[in-house]
Amino acid sequence: MKIGVFICHCGSNIAGTVDVAKVAEMAKSLPEVAFASDTMYACSEPGQEGIIGAIKEMGLDGAVVASCTPRMHGPTFMRTVARAGLNPYMFEMANIREHVSWIGKDKEANTAKALDLVRMAVAKLARNKPLFAKSFAINKRVLVLGGGVAGIQAALDCADGGLEVVLVEKTTTIGGKMAKLDKTFPTVDCSCCILGPKMVDVAQHPNITLYASAEVDEVNGYVGNFQVKVRKKPTYVDWKLCTGCGACLEKCPSKKSPDLFNELVGTTTAINIPFPQAIPKKASIDAGSCIKFKTGKCGICAKVCPVKAINYEMEPEIVTEEVGAVIAATGYDLMDWTVYEQYGGGRYKDVITSLQYERLLSASGPTGGHIKRPSDGKEPKTVVFIQCVGSRDKSVGRPYCSGFCCMYTAKQAILTKDHIPDSESYVFYMDIRAPGKMYDEFTRRAMEEYGAKYVRGRVSMVYPSGGRYVVRGVDTLAGTQVEVEADLVVLAVGAEGATGAAHLAEKLRISYDAYGFYMESHPKLKPVETNTAGVYVAGCVQGPKDIPTSVAQGSAAAAKVLALFSKDQLQSDPQVSSVDLKRCVGCMKCAMTCPFGAIKEQEVRGEIKAQVIETMCQGCGLCTATCPQGAIQLQHFTDNQILAEVNALLASELEETQG
Amino acid sequence: MTTLRYAYYPGCSGLGTSKEYDMSTRAVCEALGMELIDITDWSCCGSSPAHTVDDRLAGALSARNLVQAGDIEGVDAIITPCPSCLANLKTARHRLQKPEFRAEVNKLLERPVHGDILPVKSVLQAIVEDVGMEELRYRVRTPLKGMSIAPYYGCIMNRPPKIMEFDSHENPMALDNILEALGATVAPFNLKVECCGASFGVARRDIVERLSGKLLNLAAENNAQAMVTACPLCQMNLDARQNQINVANSTNHVMPIFYFTQLIGLALGFSQSQMGLEKLVVSPRELLAGAAG
Ligand SMILES: Cc1cc2nc3c(=O)[nH]c(=O)nc-3n(C[C@H](O)[C@H](O)[C@H](O)COP(=O)(O)OP(=O)(O)OC[C@H]3O[C@@H](n4cnc5c(N)ncnc54)[C@H](O)[C@@H]3O)c2cc1C
Ligand code: SF4
Ligand code: SF4
Repeated sequence: MKIGVFICHCGSNIAGTVDVAKVAEMAKSLPEVAFASDTMYACSEPGQEGIIGAIKEMGLDGAVVASCTPRMHGPTFMRTVARAGLNPYMFEMANIREHVSWIGKDKEANTAKALDLVRMAVAKLARNKPLFAKSFAINKRVLVLGGGVAGIQAALDCADGGLEVVLVEKTTTIGGKMAKLDKTFPTVDCSCCILGPKMVDVAQHPNITLYASAEVDEVNGYVGNFQVKVRKKPTYVDWKLCTGCGACLEKCPSKKSPDLFNELVGTTTAINIPFPQAIPKKASIDAGSCIKFKTGKCGICAKVCPVKAINYEMEPEIVTEEVGAVIAATGYDLMDWTVYEQYGGGRYKDVITSLQYERLLSASGPTGGHIKRPSDGKEPKTVVFIQCVGSRDKSVGRPYCSGFCCMYTAKQAILTKDHIPDSESYVFYMDIRAPGKMYDEFTRRAMEEYGAKYVRGRVSMVYPSGGRYVVRGVDTLAGTQVEVEADLVVLAVGAEGATGAAHLAEKLRISYDAYGFYMESHPKLKPVETNTAGVYVAGCVQGPKDIPTSVAQGSAAAAKVLALFSKDQLQSDPQVSSVDLKRCVGCMKCAMTCPFGAIKEQEVRGEIKAQVIETMCQGCGLCTATCPQGAIQLQHFTDNQILAEVNALLASELEETQG
Repeated sequence: MTTLRYAYYPGCSGLGTSKEYDMSTRAVCEALGMELIDITDWSCCGSSPAHTVDDRLAGALSARNLVQAGDIEGVDAIITPCPSCLANLKTARHRLQKPEFRAEVNKLLERPVHGDILPVKSVLQAIVEDVGMEELRYRVRTPLKGMSIAPYYGCIMNRPPKIMEFDSHENPMALDNILEALGATVAPFNLKVECCGASFGVARRDIVERLSGKLLNLAAENNAQAMVTACPLCQMNLDARQNQINVANSTNHVMPIFYFTQLIGLALGFSQSQMGLEKLVVSPRELLAGAAG
């Protein structure tokens, strides 16, 4: 076999701490190596042309590129090799940047290690076999999880692009957090007025199937062919019949049910429609508060419903949907700020969250848009806003910036002045972070035109005193302590992944961080992809962001799905396991370890044997390590190839000890 | 009930300014089945001055007491009524886990520290955690009915949380729960962990007058008839300096400041003099007479 080796300088990234010429020189001495050279940027056009030229001229059978991480350029070089007429799997990569040059400064040691890695790659490549991808058909339907603004945008874009969309929303209405907001920065336009029409579009779009009050139980399959089990939670109202007339709401005697849509400021009836623009505009019963469920008595709603839609016996229903791609847009939740004991930890009625304040500002909120203190219903004259509650605070395990709080606090300060002209607002902040278009101007307007008093520093404590609240903090610009007496305190509580986000991520087989946010495939270049093919993210599910960015990501994810579905067939990755039937004894240990359920039993001439379902195999290799017979082998990573790499490494060790 | 046995560290104020704290602690502990064995030949814990000057010296002063306590058989913990002593003993114990610090300190000690050190708790923590509120409630003979009392913890009983490891450092509940168990009314009081001015009483009395004044104002505003503390220094600032505070701030508080052990004692049936109530500067006689009647 004739192998070519190409050592990349990566500018000074690699050449700065590795003697690349020497590595190339020494590579030439390896028995299978017919050609070796060093090159400035292997990935550049001349770099790639050089590789192609060498392959053609020398009649090489395979190539090793020693450069950066294969995650970055593995596919690039596989294409290069293919362009030179070889099978793309006749290629190996040695990571001498992340694994060598970036982690050590000792040039001699680095050069030795780079050589080891090259030696291993050559040994493996010598045993590579051409692999061929298979084609399979795609199901061109898409599942969107979460009906916030990001999910809505993604669903509409996909549907407008001609795809069939299944939208699954956990709560009884779509709209997410945006539906709860009063006005939106930086234009201060009514949130529901711009979101409402989009919500209606979702309801009316012929390509969109909406499951509200539903969650995903199980996700199986692979890109192009997912099977998803959706569990429709009982609403105790037959939505096919319900017209949303609201007769039941008026008569329901249980008026003290927790009002989740209003963030628990105010109460609602046990049977309710969350807000006037809800989509679907259907009633549902909160079994936890319903008198009928608790005592068996009542049943008034069933009596008053003109279309007999109430059904106390409703059971959860599972529907299976087949889709080719999934967009996760399940958004965020506010962190549990009650750990801030110094701000009352949930004990003081007039210390509320920013989202609760949005509900107080909103005309469709519990106070009809009048700002009233929860404790006594009085109009507050002094409102203190505290930013970074659960953001940028390592002491509560939330080191990151939640991104939108600076902006919405400025908005809320402006709106406060609009609602109560003789009021005063104080904003305790850490830094103002307002990098969007028209954003800095907006926060300045809050200060300069609306007279919000900005104090730079954290608040150390809040305590009630004489019917008001003493807010004590520090003004780090003036270098003094400050105390403000407030009638109402609003906490800009930081964002974290939505409740249950980790659970859902595991079902989708994608990664998430310590805060419940989903990991994008590449932080810069693949912002809406995940590491699982066919699964995309949009909006705050990936990290806190404002509405414009959430919408942009919703559209981006939709564009990705449309591009994916622009083909009729997808190529499967041939780096999957395969069973040597002669060796397999049918113990099925492999099937037990496979986390993807990709191995099943088959009968071959009366004997049980293992069989790999290639489209489901993710190439993790667990089965290979399990099989007592060595019968199941991961293509491209066979036992022989890995042992060859180990031997190549040990050979150099041996040389050193002997030499 | 099994007897709880502790190595007891009274601290210097227990012998002087807060004799009534020590008295009531001993009496109450005995009544609650807690056996206190005084640490032989204990010395100063190094309070205020030592740790501001030299952490090794402070460590050695406390370490000596920790070593002496180690001689006592059959005890599971060292307890002390004073939060300042507690802070020093706990900090020293914490730092002595580090071999380098231990080696430095051992250089200064006649009897070096070896091996494990007994855990250190406040009397408050021992009563809350080892005796428990249920047991306490069960033993109450004369509930403190009708008395509204503000629970004040002071700034060091629970701080820093990583060293003190007891209750919340922002909103502790131990005293609240005890008051409740004794049948008293817990007055809303949100400056629970504020500083009273501590030892500034000597150098900058104005600071104490301002800070302690704020505490008395808020307690009075929330209709507390008295305050309860667990710290000799807090108690002294609020009680003995109450007159000075009144003069400085033009207020006229007459607010008795109890040690929590005194209140437990009264509820358990001890007499006022057994609890050393006559040693308080602001007399609680009227309040207690009112409550009894
Ligand atoms: C107080 C406050 C004020 C704000 N004001 C503004 C503003 O003025 N302007 C601005 O640009 N931004 C503002 N924001 C930010 C804004 O809320 C977000 O940018 C936006 O809501 C993100 O939308 P999303 O769709 O990603 O997430 P979300 O709005 O959180 O929507 C996620 C949806 O997914 C659903 N869901 C969750 N889990 C599941 C599951 N497992 N299965 C199915 N469905 C699920 C949820 O019920 C929800 O409907 C504000 C934020 C706050 C906290
Ligand atoms: S573990 Fe190996 S031997 Fe057993 S069934 Fe699977 S492939 Fe066959
Ligand atoms: S390689 Fe992994 S995914 Fe593929 S069959 Fe084996 S265990 Fe399953």
